[in-house]
Amino acid sequence: MNSVCWNCGEGTASRFCEKCKALQAPSPDYFEFFEIPRKLTLDAKDLETRFYALSRQLHPDLFSRRSAREREYSLEATAILNDAYRTLRDPISRALYVLRLEGFEVGEQGTKDVPAELLEEVFELNMALEELEAGDDSVAPQLVEARQRFEDMRDELDRRLGDEFAAWDAAHKKDTLAAIRGLLNRRKYMTNLIAQANEATANVSDRV
Amino acid sequence: MFQIEFDNQTPEHVVGIDLGTTNSLVAYMNLTRPEIIPGQDGDKLVPSVVSVSPDSEIIVGNRARRELIDHPERTIYSVKRLMGRGVADVQDELKLFPFRIAQGSESVIRVQLGEKTFTPPEISAFILRQLKKNAEAFLGAAVTKAVITVPAYFNDAQRQATRDAGRIAGLEVLRLVNEPTAAALAYGLDKRREGIVAVYDLGGGTFDISILRLHEGIFEVLATNGDTHLGGDDIDNRLLRIALEDIQSEWGEDLSRNGEAVQTLRRDVIRAKEELSFAPVASIVFAWHGRQYAREITRELFEDLIRDIVDRTLGPCRDCMQDANVTPEQIDEVVLVGGSTRIPLVRSAVEVLFRARPHTELNPDEVVALGAAVQAGILAGTVENQLLLDVTPLSLGIETYGGVVSKLVHRNSTIPASASESFTTGVDGQTNVLIHVLQGERELAKDCRSLARFDLKGIDPMPAGMARIEVRFLIDANGILNVTARDARTGKEQSIDIKPSYGLTDDQVEAMIEASIDHAEEDYQAAQVAQARVDADAILAATDKAKRGDAWFELSETERKAINDAINQLQLAYHADDHHVIRAKIDALNEATQKLAENIMNTAVQGALKGTKI
Repeated sequence: MNSVCWNCGEGTASRFCEKCKALQAPSPDYFEFFEIPRKLTLDAKDLETRFYALSRQLHPDLFSRRSAREREYSLEATAILNDAYRTLRDPISRALYVLRLEGFEVGEQGTKDVPAELLEEVFELNMALEELEAGDDSVAPQLVEARQRFEDMRDELDRRLGDEFAAWDAAHKKDTLAAIRGLLNRRKYMTNLIAQANEATANVSDRV
Repeated sequence: MFQIEFDNQTPEHVVGIDLGTTNSLVAYMNLTRPEIIPGQDGDKLVPSVVSVSPDSEIIVGNRARRELIDHPERTIYSVKRLMGRGVADVQDELKLFPFRIAQGSESVIRVQLGEKTFTPPEISAFILRQLKKNAEAFLGAAVTKAVITVPAYFNDAQRQATRDAGRIAGLEVLRLVNEPTAAALAYGLDKRREGIVAVYDLGGGTFDISILRLHEGIFEVLATNGDTHLGGDDIDNRLLRIALEDIQSEWGEDLSRNGEAVQTLRRDVIRAKEELSFAPVASIVFAWHGRQYAREITRELFEDLIRDIVDRTLGPCRDCMQDANVTPEQIDEVVLVGGSTRIPLVRSAVEVLFRARPHTELNPDEVVALGAAVQAGILAGTVENQLLLDVTPLSLGIETYGGVVSKLVHRNSTIPASASESFTTGVDGQTNVLIHVLQGERELAKDCRSLARFDLKGIDPMPAGMARIEVRFLIDANGILNVTARDARTGKEQSIDIKPSYGLTDDQVEAMIEASIDHAEEDYQAAQVAQARVDADAILAATDKAKRGDAWFELSETERKAINDAINQLQLAYHADDHHVIRAKIDALNEATQKLAENIMNTAVQGALKGTKI
């Protein structure tokens, strides 16, 4: 974080200047912002407590009678606080964020290719979806079953992700992150399938 | 123009304003309690009706509501429905509301009122100026800062339009607060509640549902949903249509194109609607040029008529619970806001959906303004330990290849919220990039609400794909988007040209602020001056005539001199453009000629008495 306060030029500054209490420019790193270590597993209750406490310190409502620069910093800081809380409280978006911080490219690549072991499943799902579209509602139970299988697979992925998260927190090894990225891509693919199946079954129940 | 010096020692009041579709209110913090400020007529509610008189006087509130019947072509109500919208958006409203949209309106609507046209923010500014005036008279101090409430489901353009209205009215808008959130604040202040609260807000023209978590003075909105075109107006229109059809079949006359008749009938159906909230049966009674139409409406029939309108509020409620990730059982309290929640059917629908008896301790017409005053207190530092954490109601995105929207900030994200996106060029030597920003949940740009087009200009020419411009989208605590951009290689701030899709540019607002100070006031002044001159002509002519009669010579030298002086003074003032001065001189002349007038009267009476003898 900053070392010298922009306002008094003296105090060593973190979030607020120790000397003149002026609000400083916020840190863009979500973990630094929350003053917690960069970890993939975290205590949700502790994060929430910190979020409320920081909101009470930084929110623009509390700075409406302060200098323009402090108002600007308050807006910036609160935007980062809210973005950070949203990102960190969800384990998946938190993991994606850490991957980016650690220099991994994360994006849509890899989420479109069908994983080899799922080729047959996906083929069957697509067939069922096509039949459904053609007006054959008899495949609906098949879809519900398929969705259940995908959900089970997603839950299994979540278990494995949990293990890998703990492993990275313990040793901070690069290849753990590579494994996590692979699992996240797989999971993304799975949630897309579940969403497709959900949409199709919802359409059927609308029709009935 | 004269200026009043106010005592610098007294802390400046920040007022809270509920700028409603049907009624508007202003409130302030009286030490620790929020209180509504009544208008000069003693009414707390200022009807959101504006009328422009033939001599350009701007009339607002109860007086304007009367003009609605006498001069419908010079009067407008429910202007909130037009805020931040384009002509294409309001075609449906035009079938139901007597808005007279001026020719040539495009992205910004202009409404015809008599001989003049105004934009919706200007019309709203007239209402705000009236509230400001009421507050200043009540508090005995200048009021220049305000918190104004908006429907939670208002989009960026509608919020900007509201803020523009404040600026045009001479108010610094410290914050736009969502109406349901403000209501929660008003309730939470004396109750110090903990838990999950749902606020159901059905007003004159808009519907909002917000679910909040209250925790140690923090009011955290978990999710919000709504419909910015659903409210009591729709119920009125339902009744109005039935009455018009009845009348057509009974009288064989279609009154639907007759503004005066429609407005009178509208008033009469609203009366019946309001009665039905307390009585099992009510009558619509409409008198028109010697004829009378009357119809009884039972509550049962009324409920059948409006059931689908009430049902339309339930979908957003369910979606909101889903987004907030709560079940009806987890909701501890339900708060009702807006006049339409007095309707028993609305209450029972809410009770069934949330499985909880709703709170109605605070007046549903006043609770939003009271909450706005609390938020004003928070900003002014007089209310401590209370903090609102609100959300953005709609997702924010940019248009990408094939007209698909890429979402940057999802709906129900706590605000302020931000997102950064990197842009590059597609052609060698390209020096600008156009970004189309939208709001909405749909996948295609054409189905979302266009907010603005941002033109990133002055990019150094280089091969395609080499430039890297970092654009930061920031939604502030008002729910309004701010965009900044910088060149990622040089770190230099990048200039952006903003073309709002709907609404006014900054320059236009500035021009309106100027015009509103000059014009509205000036036009009114001019009319007043003209009237004063007419009165001056009359008294001068009368005095001149009297000076030629006997009565003049019965006056003393001093009395005659006083009158001549007063005539001179009035003649001097006559060409000054200040009606106050002219009026003062007229009064002075009146005073000076009192004895003269008495003499003339006496002479006339004596003459009349003598007359028989002549």
